[in-house]
This record gives sequence, C-alpha cells and structure tokens, in this order.
Amino acid sequence: MTTHTGRIAHRSPGWRLGRRVAGGFLYPLGLPFLLLVIWGLASSSSTNRFFPGPLTIFEAFRETWIGPAFVDDVLPSLYRLALGIAASIVIGIAAGTLIGLFQWLRELLEPLLEFFRAIPPPVLIPVVMLLLGITDTMKVVVIVSGAVWPILLNTIDGVRATDSVMSETADSFQITWWERLRFLVLPAASPRIMTGVRQGLSVALILMVISEMFASSAGLGYRIAYFQRNYLIAEMWSGILLLGLVGVLLAATFGVVERRVLRWYHGIREVNRA
Amino acid sequence: MHVLSLRRSRSPRKVMLGVVGLTGFLVVWQLVPTLGLINSQYLPYVTDVLARLAEEVRDLAFWRRLGYTMTSWAIGLAVATAAAVVLGTIVGLVPFLRRATHTVVEFLRPIPSVALIPLAVLLFGIQMQAALLIIIYASFWQVFVQVIYGVADVDAVARDTARSFGLTRRERLSYLVLPTALPYLMTGVRLAAAVALILAITAEMVIGNPGLGRMIELSRSAGDAVGLYAFVVVTGLLGLVVNLVFRFIERRSLSWHQSVRGEEVL
Repeated sequence: MTTHTGRIAHRSPGWRLGRRVAGGFLYPLGLPFLLLVIWGLASSSSTNRFFPGPLTIFEAFRETWIGPAFVDDVLPSLYRLALGIAASIVIGIAAGTLIGLFQWLRELLEPLLEFFRAIPPPVLIPVVMLLLGITDTMKVVVIVSGAVWPILLNTIDGVRATDSVMSETADSFQITWWERLRFLVLPAASPRIMTGVRQGLSVALILMVISEMFASSAGLGYRIAYFQRNYLIAEMWSGILLLGLVGVLLAATFGVVERRVLRWYHGIREVNRA
Repeated sequence: MHVLSLRRSRSPRKVMLGVVGLTGFLVVWQLVPTLGLINSQYLPYVTDVLARLAEEVRDLAFWRRLGYTMTSWAIGLAVATAAAVVLGTIVGLVPFLRRATHTVVEFLRPIPSVALIPLAVLLFGIQMQAALLIIIYASFWQVFVQVIYGVADVDAVARDTARSFGLTRRERLSYLVLPTALPYLMTGVRLAAAVALILAITAEMVIGNPGLGRMIELSRSAGDAVGLYAFVVVTGLLGLVVNLVFRFIERRSLSWHQSVRGEEVL
C-alpha cells in the first residue's frame, strides 16, 4: 500500500508535465495536422485536379507570393484595406458620437440609417464605380461605404447608453464639453465601438477582395480571379490561403488592440463575475 | 402612467422626424443632379429611379429574379443552420472536441468567404450550387460559434440538478440545453440571414448566376444608371425586410426569455 502511493507520488510530476506539454501542443496542433495529412493522402490518391495536395499549395505559395508579387499585388491591397478601415473608424466614431448625442438628429436619421445598413455592401461597388471611375480612391471609398455602418450604428447605441448617473454627475461638476466627450461619452461607448469595429473589419476585407475582382488589374482579389480563369489551380489555392492568413492576422491584431483599449472594461466584468 | 403618456407623446414626433429625414434625403438626391453638381448620367434623378422601380414591380421577370435570389438565400441559410446546430451542439457538449477543434475554427472562420468564389466557379460553373457554397460557408460560422457558446452556457447548478434527478440524455437536451442555447441560436440565425443575403447577391454579381445581383452587374455594364440605382434600392429594401422578419421571429420565439420580457415590462 505504501509502496503503491510512493510510486505514484514519485512518477506523477514528470507524468503530469508530459501530459501538459502533450495537451499544450496536441490540442491546438493535432487536428490541423491530421486534416493536412488526410488532405495530402486524399489528393495524392485521387485524380481530381481541383484539389492539389498541401505540399503543392505551399510550394505555389512560396513561388507566387514571396517576391515581386508581394510588392506589386499584396502591399497595395493591404494599404487600401488599412486606409479604408482607418477612414471608416474615424468617420463612424465622429458621426456616431454626433448622432448619438442629439436625440432629434437620431430620430431624423433613423429610417435612413436602417436602410443604408440593410443594403448589401458589395452592391455599392458598381455605384461607386459609376461615380468615381476605376481608381484607387474608388476602392477605398467602397471599403468605407460598407465598413462604416456597423461602426456608426454601434457608436450611436454606445453613446446613447451612457450611464445617466454619470452624465448627471458630469453636469453638476460642470466639466467642459470637450472633457465630457473625452472622459465620459467615448469611454462609456468604447465597448460597443469595438464591437462595431470588429464587424467592420470583416466587411472591409470582403469588400477589398470583391472590388479587386470586379475592376482592377492588380491586387490580391484580381490575382486569385486571374489564377482561376487561367486554371492555375495550386496558385489559386495559395491565394485563398494568403487571404485566410490576412483574415487571421487582422483578427489577431484586433484582439490585441481590443484588450488594450478595453482593459478597464474586462477588469470590471471580472470583478462583477467574481 | 406618466411614462406611458410620455412615450405616446414622443412617438408621433419620432415618426414625423423620420419622415422629414427620409423626404429630405430624397429632395437632396433630386437636387444634386438638377443643379448639375453630379451629372445625371452618374447620379440619375430620384424620380426616374422611383418610376423605374414601379415599372419593374409590374414586370414578372423581376419577380422571377427575386425568386432566384431568395431561393439560394433560403436553401443556403437552411443548410448552414442545420449543419451548424448539429455540429455546434456536438462540439459544444464535448470538452475534448471543443479544445481539439479550436485552432481549426479560429483559422477557417476569418477566411473571407468571397475568397472561395474562384473555387466555387471551378467546381460548379455558373450555377446556383456555386453561390450556395459561398452562402453556406459564410453563414455557417455565424450560427456555429453562437451555438457553441450557447450550449456551453448551461447553468452548472441546473445541470447537476438535472443529473441528480436522473434525466435522460434526450430530456437533458430538450429541457436544459435547448432553452439555454436558444437565445444564442436566434442571434446567430439573425446574423446569418443578413450575411446569407449579402453573399447571395454578391455571388450573383461576381459569378453571374441569375438573380438580382446579376441584374445589377448587367445594368452597370450596359451603362443603365437608372436601372442600377433601382436595383440597389431593391436590395436595400430586401435587406430591411429580412432584418425586420428575423427580429420579429427572435422576439416571438424568445417571448419567455428574460431579455425580451424585461423590455416589455419597462
């Protein structure tokens, strides 16, 4: 009996460490690895040329995107995406705060905003093309015209929902208009604003791709459509992979920014839950 | 009582302001080409667009195209929701699966669905299946993620109580898991409905399968600005209707739930 427990006590730390290491790697990486292997096996045994194996795709990825294509196609796309996102955030927060602060303005614009939000954003591409022609400005405007709505509407809701006790306290302390905006309204609305920004990001990425598929001679979306039309299957898959990576990076960057901006908010939620 | 009367007096004001806003927008739209700020070739008169809209509504071909769009929307949404509910429930209930699939889900979810358009065209050509692939991929994740959260949200005390009363697996699913996950599910389906509509129309624009999106693309390439604006307005109205219907369904199906009941008491 004693030897039995002694043996377990002796073995357990190393065993537990091994288990933790296995869990730490196996859980996040096990299934992706397994899927890649299955894909590789399936593609090597089948004759369907639309699904090349992962190794072929990685090879195509290296050849296609690492080199001049990165400068010619990827960077301009990412630049337009960043510009569009930045403009959407600035316009969305500025207009949203204004509309949220004045009730009459909100009631005046509500039906219009509901309508514009309901328009599927890619539909605006032909309209913006008609108004601005096929230019870089047009692509940025397309991104803004879709991504601004979630940010705008969430900002309005966030500004409206400012805690009334706090805003009355602010009134009685007679803080200035600017201080009120800086220390009360915007922080109170920031959780909702961040929700809007997250929704806006995915819309922006979609619009970047489609606007380039539609009317462009360069850029990520154009390249992928070009590969498909010329039956460069592995290259097309590598483009899809690259877009996936851009999406994942965008989501990860947003996660880091959100944690920094809303650190106080998550802190309060933790305390309330405990 | 006071609150009630206050509400009633505010409501007409709100409606009136809304109407003023809408009219103001239409007037500005009419004035911009009239004053020559933007050539009416690029921004047609609002009266022309509305006239065209009235004309289209009387045309049977318009309704057929609307039917194509809504058919692929409905099939895509239904398939995505069914798949997401089944898979989400299984993955959400088994902690091992939840941990194992986490990386894959986090990588696949942010892939913009439009990136799959070339693949869909290769596989299915200019057909509804190509559009369905895109629609299902995009709307699946909306529901799937919500279902996983919802299923995992079951109250620990309620779960232990159910277990100690010896509820069967089937009973636990229908009395415990379903009511907990339903609000999450409805949110997911409402988001997915909007996303599915966006992608149904986008697919028609880019792939070229028949529907409203294709009409938008055709009017653009034909230089028919009036038609283009008319169809854009139609898609906006369509989106509005879908939003309203799903918000209504959500309220009805969750009328027992605190989040909905709470609002009505206030």
